[in-house]
Amino acid sequence: MAAHLSSGRVNLTALREAGRRELREFLDKCAGSKAIVWDEYLTGPFGLIAQYSLLKEHEVEKMFTLKPGRLPQADVKNIIFFVRPKLELMDIITDNVLREDRGRSPQRDFHILFVPRRSLLCEQWLKEQGVLGSFIHREQYSLDLIPFDGDLLSMESESAFKECYLESDQTSLYHAAKGLMTLQALYGTIPQIFGKGECARHVANMMIRMKREFPGSQNSIFPVFDTLLLLDRNVDLLTPLATQLTYEGLIDEIYGIQNTYVKLPPEKFAPKKQGEGGKDLPTEPKKLQLNSAEELYAEIRDKNFNAVGSVLSKKAKIISAAFEERHHAKTVGEIKQFVSQLPHMQAARSSLANHTSIAELIKDITTSEDFFDNLTVEQEFMSGIDTDKVNNYVEDCIAQKHPLIKILRLICLQSVCNSGLKQKVLDYYKREILQTYGYEHILTLNNLEKAGLLKPQTSGRNNYPTIRKTLRLWMDDVNEQNPNDISYVYSGYAPLSVRLAQLLARPGWRSIEEVLKMLPGPHFEERQQLPTGLQKKRQHGENRVTLVFFLGGVTYAEIAALRFLSQMEDGGTEYVIATTKLINGTSWIKSLMEKLEPAPF
Amino acid sequence: MSRARADEEEYWHSSKFRAFTFDDEDDELSQLKESKRAVNSLRDIVDDDDDDLERVSWSGEPVGSISWSIRETASSSTSSLEGQDSSLQKGSSSYAAFPKQASSYSLSSLFKGKVSPMQYGLPQESLSDTGVKNYAPELRRPKGEYKDYSSDWSPKDTVIRMQRGKVCSLERFRSLQDKLVLLDEAVAGHDGNVITAVLIFLKRTLRREILFRELEVRQVALCHLIYFLKETGEQKLLLDLLRFLDRTEEVALSQYREHLNIQDVEKRREFLKGCIGLPFSAEDASHIQDHYTLLERQIIIEANDRRLETAGQSEIFRKYPRKASILNMPLVTTLFYSCFYHYTEAEGMFSSPTNLKKTFKIPDKQYVLTALAARAKLRAWEDVDALFTTKNWLGYTKKKAPIGFHRVVEILQRNNAPVQVLQEYVRLVEDVETRLNLATKYKCHDVVIETYKDLKDRMQLTAYKCKVERGSAEEEKINSILNNMVRKH
Repeated sequence: MAAHLSSGRVNLTALREAGRRELREFLDKCAGSKAIVWDEYLTGPFGLIAQYSLLKEHEVEKMFTLKPGRLPQADVKNIIFFVRPKLELMDIITDNVLREDRGRSPQRDFHILFVPRRSLLCEQWLKEQGVLGSFIHREQYSLDLIPFDGDLLSMESESAFKECYLESDQTSLYHAAKGLMTLQALYGTIPQIFGKGECARHVANMMIRMKREFPGSQNSIFPVFDTLLLLDRNVDLLTPLATQLTYEGLIDEIYGIQNTYVKLPPEKFAPKKQGEGGKDLPTEPKKLQLNSAEELYAEIRDKNFNAVGSVLSKKAKIISAAFEERHHAKTVGEIKQFVSQLPHMQAARSSLANHTSIAELIKDITTSEDFFDNLTVEQEFMSGIDTDKVNNYVEDCIAQKHPLIKILRLICLQSVCNSGLKQKVLDYYKREILQTYGYEHILTLNNLEKAGLLKPQTSGRNNYPTIRKTLRLWMDDVNEQNPNDISYVYSGYAPLSVRLAQLLARPGWRSIEEVLKMLPGPHFEERQQLPTGLQKKRQHGENRVTLVFFLGGVTYAEIAALRFLSQMEDGGTEYVIATTKLINGTSWIKSLMEKLEPAPF
Repeated sequence: MSRARADEEEYWHSSKFRAFTFDDEDDELSQLKESKRAVNSLRDIVDDDDDDLERVSWSGEPVGSISWSIRETASSSTSSLEGQDSSLQKGSSSYAAFPKQASSYSLSSLFKGKVSPMQYGLPQESLSDTGVKNYAPELRRPKGEYKDYSSDWSPKDTVIRMQRGKVCSLERFRSLQDKLVLLDEAVAGHDGNVITAVLIFLKRTLRREILFRELEVRQVALCHLIYFLKETGEQKLLLDLLRFLDRTEEVALSQYREHLNIQDVEKRREFLKGCIGLPFSAEDASHIQDHYTLLERQIIIEANDRRLETAGQSEIFRKYPRKASILNMPLVTTLFYSCFYHYTEAEGMFSSPTNLKKTFKIPDKQYVLTALAARAKLRAWEDVDALFTTKNWLGYTKKKAPIGFHRVVEILQRNNAPVQVLQEYVRLVEDVETRLNLATKYKCHDVVIETYKDLKDRMQLTAYKCKVERGSAEEEKINSILNNMVRKH
């Protein structure tokens, strides 16, 4: 089930196991049969920790989604609410509890499990509604870092960026630090910590403080990670705004990957069998899990989309050749061997069919005129062309009422690539947006300004060209098929964040001091002392392991770029990636938009 | 929450110290509880709907799939599912049309556990310490330290204990000095849960002026309080605080945001009127003014048009019934609407396009684009023509488009304009290459032929012959041009 978690350099199954243990312990605390009432949002992340079978073993008999009204008539002893600490969810729970039939026998016991933390505010809210006393266990389940793949961890906290940079609320940083402490408890103290940005500084401080507060405890685990690199998202606001051009990145941009699952339009996945087809075409979206457990996916996901087609056709040839083998199987032994390989071949064939369909879907979009125009403008901005005037394409898009998020992505990109827009340009865009999409968006524009994504050029100086040149962010000669540089993930643009990681490993940040000073927030280095017995003696040729933690979110293209660096023959460093949330430009901007409609209940 | 608010008023004015506890004997509260219960038991009698909740189950599938795998689960129903068919059906059908999952949530900010459990006195509390334990060995403390909760913890220890969700009393921090030390410790710990918990305590036990004054020099704590007040909707205190801090623009925006919660348009209009004088930045102020004016106009237009539509005497409304009301729509949409239904009205009318253009200083480009789209949709080609015709002082007419004729062509094409109309504008595209491209794309043969003729491009012209119909007028035209060109040589 979780084989893909142990495929990487660091075996992340241990982390998952720790999470499962904690869940089991909680479930056993509520003795007897149980029903779980789920906050819908949590089912995704929990799915990466445990399966239903685990819950079943601990007497979970029924599961419901959280909804106002009366709870269903389940004959169980315990009702457990798995919820995020949000006030609107507390209202639903209150409704559920108040409608519970007091006369029923036997009575059902109520419990709440807050994920990732209990909240006094929520409990106070429940108390005001007069239901707090109804809950026997009120606990928390600290789902901090969830293993997504062999080299990828996420906290799936969608509002972390907004909280850190808009509200100055550092709670998610506290969770990040706690997650890192847990990680160190399982994988050993990380001897070196580097960081860039205010939030990175805070997290490092908290880690050091937490360590100090447990002076008695001695970690006797041999360290797996050599280095931790903490990066603020606001050090690199540019990268998520650009359209990702890797296979996985494009799937996310177009269809949105949620907790490793993607939902796709069903038409391309209709059954091919004669007689069956045409009868009833599937109407529900096709749902697929995407992770390295699937061999083919692991091979193509980080490639530039333009290099995916050739791999798929090569695979197709290999698989048909393998199926042809059956004609050559003469002896019983040969036939037997063929049959034994059949399940594997069939899995490979269906995997190939799926990805061919997905690639077709994506190709329809990437070959469209609008995708091309949009990409052209993005690339112009990133290479520093005409960033200081109103862009015609953006203007056209507004006139044609393209989705607002698309517009915001483009003008934020322009602003970031110009160290802020000229006041006149900014005012013009603002006016156009408000007149076309509604004045209430003034609140969203304000949020973007506060987060530094959209701003007037104040200093009158544009630092971006210097940063671009020094860090070689724009590469004209990009090789999409056989890349030799990380810039392949955006077909020319090398993600700034990953460049920082790359330069840190070699030759070190000292070489780019000047540029580091132009980027926001401090940069720093800390060392954590290891007991003498645990100091690593590196084998010759052994790679270092660096954990890169993106505070405020990371895109799939950045992950692909880091994986590319891990695989470089003379790279010398392998990367494991952690983040507060897997994001793309759209989901990121969305998280910063003002919610314009009141909650549906 | 309203009860809480009333409470707070009292706390601010009387600076009496009160322990921050959940006191179940609280009279008002138990009364409230009683009445709530009564109300709810009534509700139970009134609407007795059992199957309101959707049943969801797994069949060994990953948890992530619960929302989607219900149908599968239903068919492979395990023993626990039997006898629940009807509700299952219901669940699955509503899930089929279930598009929201992440998107609807990502708009709302996840309200993170702001405050850690500091609940004292409830018996199960002291038993449930383990709920916050860390499985990480490094983080675990000797068992003995869990037990005692004497009241002698230093501010620092208190904060550490609160971070671990331990029972802790804040009551003993009586002097202002003690409270501030506690707050500073909480801030140093970075745990928003704890910071907010301490802030709630301070908010209840300090006079407002003192609280504000002390927070002004403690930015992190200040941010937390602002966020807290926003989340819990304590608008009044929030505005007071922002005013105290002289963050006037934020006050203005925060107040303006409130209009989103007002459904009634008349009330919303009144509210927006009140927003006009708020201290926005100069640029924003004009937008807010426009927002108010727009809604005011929309209300007038809506009332008028609804009457016209119901009366059934206006042809345009009979022919093209309105799909939705114009209330709360953006300006450009309103302009489109007015170009669609009220194009010919005199400028004096609120609903006339020219009036809107003037009032909101809509740029020419925007106006032409919108009018073009609206008139093209109605296939009013004469209006379209008039939109681009200008007369100079000698009375000559000239075609001019502020948006470029290639854009005009695209918009017309999207509205299925006939080739005769389309080619008239393709002809006006200045750039030869663009003109050729558009003409070829939309099969405006005449334009293609004329352009090649002007370019004296025999080769292209000959090649184009295969694109037109055999024996058509166009083919004839090409032939005659080719012949003429020969003769010239």
